Amino acid sequence: MRDELYQQTILEHNRNPRNFKKLEGATHVAEGYNPLCGDHLWVYVKVDPKGIIEEAAFEGSGCAISKASASMMTVSIKGKSVEEANILFEEFHQLVKGDLKPDTQPNHLDKLTVFSGIWQYPARVKCASLGWHTMHGALEKTKTVSTE
Amino acid sequence: MILKFLPNQHGGSLDMNFNVQKLRQEFPNLNIQVHGMPLVYLDNAATTLKPRCVIDAINAYYVTGVSNVHRGVHFLSEQATAAFEYSRQVVRQFLHARRVEEIIFTKGATEALNLVAQSYGRHFLKKGDEIIISHMEHHSNIVPWQLLCEQIGCVLKVIPINDRGELILEEYLKLLSDKTKLVSLVWVSNSLGTVNPVKAVIEAAHSQGAVVVIDAAQAVTHTMINVQELDCDFLVFSGHKVFGPTGVGVLYGKEKYLSAMPPYQGGGDMIKSVTFAKTTYNDLPYKFEAGTPPIAEVIGLRSALEYFQTHSWESMHQYKQELLDYGTKALLSIDGVRIVGTAKDKTSILSFVVDGIHPHDLGTLVDQEGVAIRTGHHCTQPVMEFFKIPATARASLAFYNTKEELDILVRAINRAKEIFK
Ligand SMILES: Cc1ncc(COP(=O)(O)O)c(C=O)c1O
Repeated sequence: MRDELYQQTILEHNRNPRNFKKLEGATHVAEGYNPLCGDHLWVYVKVDPKGIIEEAAFEGSGCAISKASASMMTVSIKGKSVEEANILFEEFHQLVKGDLKPDTQPNHLDKLTVFSGIWQYPARVKCASLGWHTMHGALEKTKTVSTE
Repeated sequence: MILKFLPNQHGGSLDMNFNVQKLRQEFPNLNIQVHGMPLVYLDNAATTLKPRCVIDAINAYYVTGVSNVHRGVHFLSEQATAAFEYSRQVVRQFLHARRVEEIIFTKGATEALNLVAQSYGRHFLKKGDEIIISHMEHHSNIVPWQLLCEQIGCVLKVIPINDRGELILEEYLKLLSDKTKLVSLVWVSNSLGTVNPVKAVIEAAHSQGAVVVIDAAQAVTHTMINVQELDCDFLVFSGHKVFGPTGVGVLYGKEKYLSAMPPYQGGGDMIKSVTFAKTTYNDLPYKFEAGTPPIAEVIGLRSALEYFQTHSWESMHQYKQELLDYGTKALLSIDGVRIVGTAKDKTSILSFVVDGIHPHDLGTLVDQEGVAIRTGHHCTQPVMEFFKIPATARASLAFYNTKEELDILVRAINRAKEIFK
């Protein structure tokens, strides 16, 4: 049996996504699309002149995994520097591919480790990473991100 | 010497007493467990499971009969060639085509459609000519025509559908004109289950002088096909959706068109003679079969069609209709379930959405109970756009499915709803 994917944290973020809105005054915006499932979202990031992420938000539609993951992403990058957010992006990417074992390898993932079992669901890895890829694209100024 | 991998084991008499439990024993894949649960396979529109005789036929070719076909003088090659060409006769009879020369083996329905677009389309259509398809086509019956339009400047027209997912025939008749040169239509929709009135569509197209291509990928398991009675000009299907192997499909075409069409691909087998000055193409059907064909797959397809035809259409149809009615009622008994595709004439395909649960989450959750359904756009994005949904969950039923399996699906959906409450 595979690890339970739909843990309470994920279900809760799906039900009440945080920062689920269009962010006025965003300095970075990108659109993310997963053509396979039709998941489609926008990520907004507001970076202050010192390079600190003041706010992050997202909107759009998708499955529970993509929504919860995007929601948790906005929470976890808030207050971090762009550099730290990019490190987190890398770590999350490794986590969902199953290449980073949070119990034994040092990381900054904290609550994001609820996604540690998702590599056992290969068809769903893209759902979990869509928000993160889009955020990364926004910071890198790529306008449209596709996970295909 | 009788070819070892020719006859099916069960003798081929028509089985009038439809016995699903007996039939299930022919499909070894039904016996597996998924996540510790017995498999409930409800993804037959994507691909069907294979009966033992198909697996045995492929196996026999690889164990005792391996050889390339055509032009060989040794024993194995003659044997493989005979088996290969015998398959063509079985396909001819399955489609009720006039001649075996009208049966072309391809990789699948997709390649067959591309063949028609590139060989017939590029040769016989010109700038400004119109091609009609429908709003419910599989991407494989959209993109080849879009490519053709880009290449030669013809124009693609689309027959609209109504809220039940049926073709609007009046609109089709309005689209038809003397500019229409080709109509390509899906017989049975893979995402909605709609059965289209192909006969009427073909007649109307012919009255305008247009040729008609029928995508029978889902129709092959739904109804008996008689291409002469239907009078379609081309018809395509894939072996793997009719209990045969992947990697093989069929293009049927009227001889008068096939013989006038240029080859699709160049290579071995499709030529009579090659010199650097001039190459003479082979006769039908070989002109369209360049290179070594999928020999084992063609042999497997023959076995699948023979096996399938031991069941009477009537009993299969009746049983699947019962399953469809049962499944429709069972799904609708769940609060928040909406069925997408409610055509009057419908095959056993159930596309649906559940309030508050994205189809992908539903797919993952029912999979935990061993239930295989497909979720997504089913290669019919325009259909999803029409119904303003990103995706559906789809249970597609074959004659080996049972009401008990549909009950398991319903229980699994209810469990998913519990989790998402
Ligand atoms: C209606 C329809 N047409 C065409 C195809 C393409 O078949 P294949 O992928 O086997 O070439 C499919 C397969 O999903 C289908 O359902």
